[in-house]
Amino acid sequence: MSLTASSVEQPGDSEFHEPEGDDKAAGKVGVEGRSPAKLAWARFRKDRLSMVSFSVVVLFFAIAVLTPILVAAGVLKPQDSNQDLLNLMTGGLPTEGMSLAHPFGIEPGTGRDLLSRILLGTTLSMTIALSGAIITVIIGTVLGIIAGFTGGVVDGVIGRIIDLTLSFPSTLMLLALSQVVVDRMLDLGIPSGPNGAFVNGFYIVIVLAAFGWPPVARLIRGQVLSIREREFVDAARLMGASRPRIYFKEILPNLWAPILVYFTLLMPAYVSAEAALSYLGVGIKNPTPTLGNVLSGALLYADSYPLFFFTPAIFIAVIVISFNLLGDGARDALDPKAGR
Amino acid sequence: MSTTENGDQVATRPEPVAAHAASENPEDARTLLSVENLKMYFPVKSSGLIHRKVGDVQAVDGVSFEVKAGGSLGLVGESGCGKSTTGRLITRLYEPTAGHIRFEGEDIASVPERKLKPLRREIQMIFQDPYTSLNPRHTVGSIIGTPLRIHNVVPEKQVLPRVKELLEIVGLNPEHYNRFPNEFSGGQRQRIGIARALTLNPKLLVADEPVSALDVSIQAQVINLLQDIQREFGVAFLFIAHDLAIVRHFCPEVAVMYLGKIVEIGDRDSIYNQPRHPYTQALLSAVPDVKQAAVGGRRERIQLEGDVPSPINPPSGCRFRTRCPIAQDICARLEPPLLQIGKKHKVACHFPGALGQHPNEPLTAGMLGVDHQGNPDPGASPSPDLTDKPGYDDTWFDLDTRTFGRA
Repeated sequence: MSLTASSVEQPGDSEFHEPEGDDKAAGKVGVEGRSPAKLAWARFRKDRLSMVSFSVVVLFFAIAVLTPILVAAGVLKPQDSNQDLLNLMTGGLPTEGMSLAHPFGIEPGTGRDLLSRILLGTTLSMTIALSGAIITVIIGTVLGIIAGFTGGVVDGVIGRIIDLTLSFPSTLMLLALSQVVVDRMLDLGIPSGPNGAFVNGFYIVIVLAAFGWPPVARLIRGQVLSIREREFVDAARLMGASRPRIYFKEILPNLWAPILVYFTLLMPAYVSAEAALSYLGVGIKNPTPTLGNVLSGALLYADSYPLFFFTPAIFIAVIVISFNLLGDGARDALDPKAGR
Repeated sequence: MSTTENGDQVATRPEPVAAHAASENPEDARTLLSVENLKMYFPVKSSGLIHRKVGDVQAVDGVSFEVKAGGSLGLVGESGCGKSTTGRLITRLYEPTAGHIRFEGEDIASVPERKLKPLRREIQMIFQDPYTSLNPRHTVGSIIGTPLRIHNVVPEKQVLPRVKELLEIVGLNPEHYNRFPNEFSGGQRQRIGIARALTLNPKLLVADEPVSALDVSIQAQVINLLQDIQREFGVAFLFIAHDLAIVRHFCPEVAVMYLGKIVEIGDRDSIYNQPRHPYTQALLSAVPDVKQAAVGGRRERIQLEGDVPSPINPPSGCRFRTRCPIAQDICARLEPPLLQIGKKHKVACHFPGALGQHPNEPLTAGMLGVDHQGNPDPGASPSPDLTDKPGYDDTWFDLDTRTFGRA
């Protein structure tokens, strides 16, 4: 069909002028598409604290990626014990503090290089936290969208499951069942990994996700309840869009902001949760390092050799703080109306 | 047509807004949509653990009308009278409680949702609010192209050319397909919504207050665009609005709704120049009149008392009787039938007449088989001509001679 568009813009009509958004007024010329994501990124970049925390987070991800390579290359030796540097008279305290060969010193007792252990521990802790957070967000988002969009009985059932999960004594069950479930998982053919690291890490991820999704689902459900009333959802139904298409192509893109924010807040929570669980004896065990088990191993020497304790503690603190600040910054950038 | 840069585009399109005359229905068009006794009741649930049904919101309660192919029917009424619900029933965003929606002869009222896909190509909708009807996370190209992809109308390679063509049809720059809705003004967004509705070449467009969210200057442009589209593609419109002037311009046929029912339906001339229902008369008297303002003074306005009753518990008999200046006993007892009183004019009132000349006795009493107070009259025989079917008959009840006749 070919129609000459005879309905026209009048001269001086405002229709063809560039609409002015927050950042549009800054003297932008020319035709350039700016998606909501681009606008959010521009706002994010203006906030110095967010950018600093973002750099730190990027640094930690770089550590997580590079460490396994360095370990494999033999640059970092998290398992080599340097017995020659230990003073056996003082119960295995190191004879030297920070040195060029061991920038964070060595572990008392075993004599392993602390830097190597903390970097590898950061890698494993972040891997656990990241996998846990991703699975948590996926479960929470899918159930939240379904509950919010479908409503009725489905919403009720999912809501009660959420209540049940939240009221469950999860920490107790986690401790009580850890050995049973890990054995069961080994029976099911899940690889154990060196020193049981894989299966224990997997258990932590599963548990974090299984008890972490309800708040995400609630948050997403609430968002979906407001989004589904918007007319573009009706428009999609009128086009003949299927339910999955409406869920994932129409509604999901509008949920990225809360999902991203919640995700960046889950990461630090899971890093510290892993540390706490390590202290309680669940999860990846020594000699495979995680930030949690390095820290809990350091408790013995907190008096006599504080460097051993403070280094992993500071790592955990920096990760938690930078991720939290990143989450705050992301929320401010994605939702400019919220204010501080 | 050559659309280049923004500046040139404006300069090379000098056609004035006023060039568009009022729309007329095509002669002898076949009936495209026929709605019969359509009802939509929304259940009202009690709060608490067990949601007991405590009542119904009778949003639409038995409306019948027809839309001709390529024609347009205007649906007017105040807020909450059920006109938007009617539109959403026609597009099957809601499933009607009862009644028939015949589209090209096929009843689509009770087709289950998953079998509706073919229908979606035929009936599309233009939404009221251009700020919520476009997904803010999709580009314009993706929004307009989605229907093509869902229905596999054209191969993927041809989606973009078709999108550009549609953008041009609605008077937007085709090169803007990769922009996001937040970069457009309200009028431009509404044009995008119109382009999306046109993508599948529908036969019927339900326009749910398409211009009420726009500036008045932009309203005229969008209405002109809709008229162009109707002329070019022969699309039929169900035009829902509360702006009587726009409906008068756009719709050769108009239905007036009150509290879920059609109180008066007819061609443009009948409704605007010879309204016979007291509600229509009151509604029309509220329209600002520019000519009157020029002369000075103002027309007499009919002011209705009270509020619109709740659709959960509507008044017995005639729903307008609680606010009607001429209501009598019969109005509370019996619901007035939608009586045809002209070639293309139906009214649902026991006392239909010109303003100030309403009859003193109910004209419908004899047809309904009751006396003038609405009590059953054993001597009278109810007329078989009173039906709630859509469309118009060849014979009608003449208000002057008070007999059934034909032109």
